[in-house]
This record gives sequence, C-alpha cells and structure tokens, in this order.
Amino acid sequence: MTPALELRGLSKRFGGLTATDDVSLSIPAGSLHALIGPNGAGKTTLINQVAGDLRHDAGAIMLGGIEIGALPAWARVRCGLARTFQIAQLLPHYSVLDNVALAIEVRQGHCFRFFADARKNSRARDQAMSHLEAVGLSARASSAASDLGQGECKQLDLAVALATRPSLLLLDEPMAGLSALESRKMTELLAALKGRLTMVLVEHDMDAVFALADRISVLVYGRVIATGNGDEIKADEAVRVAYLGADDDRC
Amino acid sequence: MTSGTIEASPLQPATRRPGRLLSLSAAVAVALLLALPALANAFHVVFVLGLATQVLIYAIAAMSLNLVLGYGGMVTFGQAAFFGLGGYTVGILHQHFSEASAFLGLLPGSDSLLVCLAAAMLVSGCAAAIIGSLSLRASGVSFIMITLAFAQMLFFLFVSLKAYGGDDGLMMRHRDVAPFFDTGDDANYYGVCLALAAGWFGLTACMVRSRFGFVLAGLRQNERRLTAIGIAPMRYRLVAFVIAGMGTGLAGALMANDLRFVSPDMMHWTKSGDLMMMVIVGGTATLIGPLLGAAAMVLLEASLAAQTENWQLYLGLILLAIVMLTRGGLAAALDRLFGGKR
Repeated sequence: MTPALELRGLSKRFGGLTATDDVSLSIPAGSLHALIGPNGAGKTTLINQVAGDLRHDAGAIMLGGIEIGALPAWARVRCGLARTFQIAQLLPHYSVLDNVALAIEVRQGHCFRFFADARKNSRARDQAMSHLEAVGLSARASSAASDLGQGECKQLDLAVALATRPSLLLLDEPMAGLSALESRKMTELLAALKGRLTMVLVEHDMDAVFALADRISVLVYGRVIATGNGDEIKADEAVRVAYLGADDDRC
Repeated sequence: MTSGTIEASPLQPATRRPGRLLSLSAAVAVALLLALPALANAFHVVFVLGLATQVLIYAIAAMSLNLVLGYGGMVTFGQAAFFGLGGYTVGILHQHFSEASAFLGLLPGSDSLLVCLAAAMLVSGCAAAIIGSLSLRASGVSFIMITLAFAQMLFFLFVSLKAYGGDDGLMMRHRDVAPFFDTGDDANYYGVCLALAAGWFGLTACMVRSRFGFVLAGLRQNERRLTAIGIAPMRYRLVAFVIAGMGTGLAGALMANDLRFVSPDMMHWTKSGDLMMMVIVGGTATLIGPLLGAAAMVLLEASLAAQTENWQLYLGLILLAIVMLTRGGLAAALDRLFGGKR
C-alpha cells in the first residue's frame, strides 16, 4: 500500500547551517508518527517544508504517492494536507464559528462569490458547529477568536485544520503552552482521531508522544538518527547520547 | 489601538442591531440626497448641487480604495492612476469624436456616456490588473512605493503626451450624452452620479459580506492562516485590486464629465493622498466611512477656500483633529453617537 507520506532525501540548508539533512521517512496511512529531538534539531523546519511554507533544496515529498514538492502551500491543502501551528494561527476579528466555517467554504469550492451573505451559508455553519463540538469548543462558537484562552486557541486551530478534511495532518507542538489539564484533553482529542487520518506529531511532551505515537523518529541536527516504536526508541543508544550527552562529555 | 486605522474591525459581529435613531437618520440622509436638486432651486443655492456631485464622485473613488486599503489592508498609494485613466479615457474618446478621428487609427471616438463610462472602467480595470499583478508580489513599504511609482509613471506619461494636451490637459466641449435626458443639465448629471454612487455602495455592501469579502478581510488579519486552509492570497488580492481600480476609473470618468476637463493633475500623487485621507477620515473598513470622508473633504475644502488663502493649513489641522479624536474616523464617531457597539 502506498504510504500516506513519504519523504525521500529531503534536504534544506540555511547558508552554512544544514537544517534538514537527507531525511527519508515513510509513514503508512492511518498511523501517527512522532518526530522528537532536542531544540534546534529541525523539527519545525521539516514540518514547514512538508506544508510548503518553506521550499526544500533537494529531495521529494510524496503525498499518497503524488509528488507535491513543487506545489505552493495553499495547493497542498487542496491535496489533503493540513497543519496546526506551534502558535495557533487564527483570524482574531472573526468569531470562533466563522474561523471554522471559512475553512469549510474553501473546501467546498473557490471563494469568488461576491453577492451571497457568507454568514447565511447554513450548511457550512452546521458542519463548522459539529467540528467545534468535536474539539469541545461549541460553547464559545460566537465569541471572537481573539477572546480565547491559549488552550482554546490550540483547540480552534485543530478544528480549523480538521475542517479542511485532511488525509494527512501535521501537528506542530500541539501541547506547547498548554496547562497539564489542557494537554491531557488535547492528548485525548488526538487519540480519538487515530486511525481516521494520518498524523505527523512534533512534540516535546514525552508522555503525550509515547501515549499516542505508533512510530517515533528522532531528529538531531536535521538528521534522522533512529526510527522505531516507543520501546525501541527508549532503548536506543544513539538517542540517549543525543538527549543526555555521552558519558564522557557530561559536565 | 495604536495602529487603529488599518486594523479597525472589518465585519462587525452579526449580532449588532442598528438603532432606530440610526435608520431614521439614514432615511433622512437619503431623502435629502434625492430632494437636493429641488431644494437647491427653491433656496437659490444652485452651487450646492455642484458640490454634492463632487462629493458623490469622490465617494465612489473612496469606496473603491476602501476595498483594498480598508478591507484588504493593502496600503496602495497609487489609486489616482486609475482616477486619471478613467478621466483620460473619457477625454480622449471625446477628442477623437469631435475631430472625427480614431484612437491609434483604430478606435473611433465617442460621446455616449454609457460607452465612455464602460470604456473607462475597462481601461482602468486592465491597468489595475497589470499594476496589481506586479505590485502585489511585494507588501508593506515596498508595496506602497511600487504603487506610487506606477502612478507617477502614468502621470509623467500624460504630461508628455502632447497629442492629448500634455500639461494643459484636455477640454471637452460638452458632457457625454445619454439617451432620454440631457446630461448638460446639472440636476440631471447629479442624478446620474447619485444613482451610480448608490449602485456602487450596494455592490460594496454585498461584496464585503460575501465569501469573497470574508476571505479578503481574513487575509488582512492573518495571511498564514488562510494559506493553511487552501487560499491562494494573491488571486483574491488581485481581484479586489482590479475591482477597486474599475470603481476609481468610473469616478474619474464621471469627474471628467462633470468638469468637462481632464489633466494629469487627476493622477498626481497628491490626489492619491486625498483619496486616502477620505478613507481614513471617514473610517477604514466601514461601509459608510468613505461617503462621510468624501463629504468632509470636499465641503471643508470649499468652505475654507472661500474664507482664506491658507485654507490647506486649516484643512490639515481639522483632518488631524478628526483622525485623532474620533479613533476610527467619522464612521466610528457616528457609531458611538448612535449608541452602537463601542
């Protein structure tokens, strides 16, 4: 079966710094693949290249067997790729419901509709409401997005991404900035999504990573040093060295 | 709220109910506009009609600019280019009509108002498509400078076009004609401008509530968000830019007919600045703002210029006071006055 996402020899350099170094990954459909690594390992850079916010220097990005590396970010969304952001990206002046409804309207077709009142598209708004219910934000539907707390912003960011009906969802640190309670809620949300779509998770919260991930890749200096399931990664010597430092140069 | 002008909330929450006082004053304003020719006659102040026509024409231009500047958040400093192109389309067609010659030896002239207005919108729309597709690749200060540069290029092009009057501009012997009524009559011409301004207002009102308007105002708030749900930002911005160019071209064509004169001054950068002032003084990203701004600018200029030679100094001070005191322009002030949402 074709993998949902396949990276072949992906590379990205910023001047003298190699941010992504010949990364090859194959992620089967329906699985959750976590990317972990120390700060500055290039995890978000890798996500940005897959999403199309950054252009890679070499290699290929295959989404369901189709090369998407040459497409701009917006066109990759139309191919079934969605992402959430480390810092939630919302439309602050619009209501929570508007934020999700817009994503649905875009999915339904182009937005060169100049006359009909966008807020009277009841089909899109009903669907948007059900997405809000799924992430537990339906009570805040009519609040302005700028009034949301940090945890709620992340939930809304996720709801917007899901409203595009992706086959592949890139999650860039969904737990960052959340309280313990909120991050437990987010973990449950993601667990409920497992199997329905393919997910790539970048996260520092190891409890969440080991609870959710089917497979884990460890990224250090832009290079994948290990890939495996939770137990294999915990036992891997190279991972230990990367995270804790080798015995002889520990200070 | 330091940068309140551009960041002003675009689409008010749907829950907002206009007060009864507000709808009443809107009705009074509409009635006044409709009755103005009769009133001006009755009170022997015919010059008021000319001023009102100018207000309506500038209002069309300002409404158009507001679409890109206010709703779209694209600070363009070259809107006068389209104002001038609209005007020159009318002037040039009129000259060829009266000389019975053809533009570039191909296109015959015309003195039909319908044809000329349509041609003006077409020309300025095409120009906006070209200028927009080049300048919208940039943003921020570079976008401002590129739009300004294009407008200045056109300005100097028309200054050097001796065939069409160069510096001195073009005179028109009479206004373009329309079937069924005499456009030479100021009351009739006022009616034409009122109808077109009302139509453009209605069109804008539809557009900013539509899916397109939703996306446009969303792009101003967070381009990254919209890209991540599958929106190609450039396309939407360009369409808004073209629509705004067409509206401004229409206003320019009406102005040329009103004054029976076009000159490169119509596309001078100070004219772009005037249009921007109208939008900002009236209230960016509001429907009624450009109308109020155009009225304030035209009426203040006329009344101050009658009093003193240094009217520009006083005009500047008053505009400064309006912008600083109303926090969001005249529309915001009205909103507060009529007990709308703060």
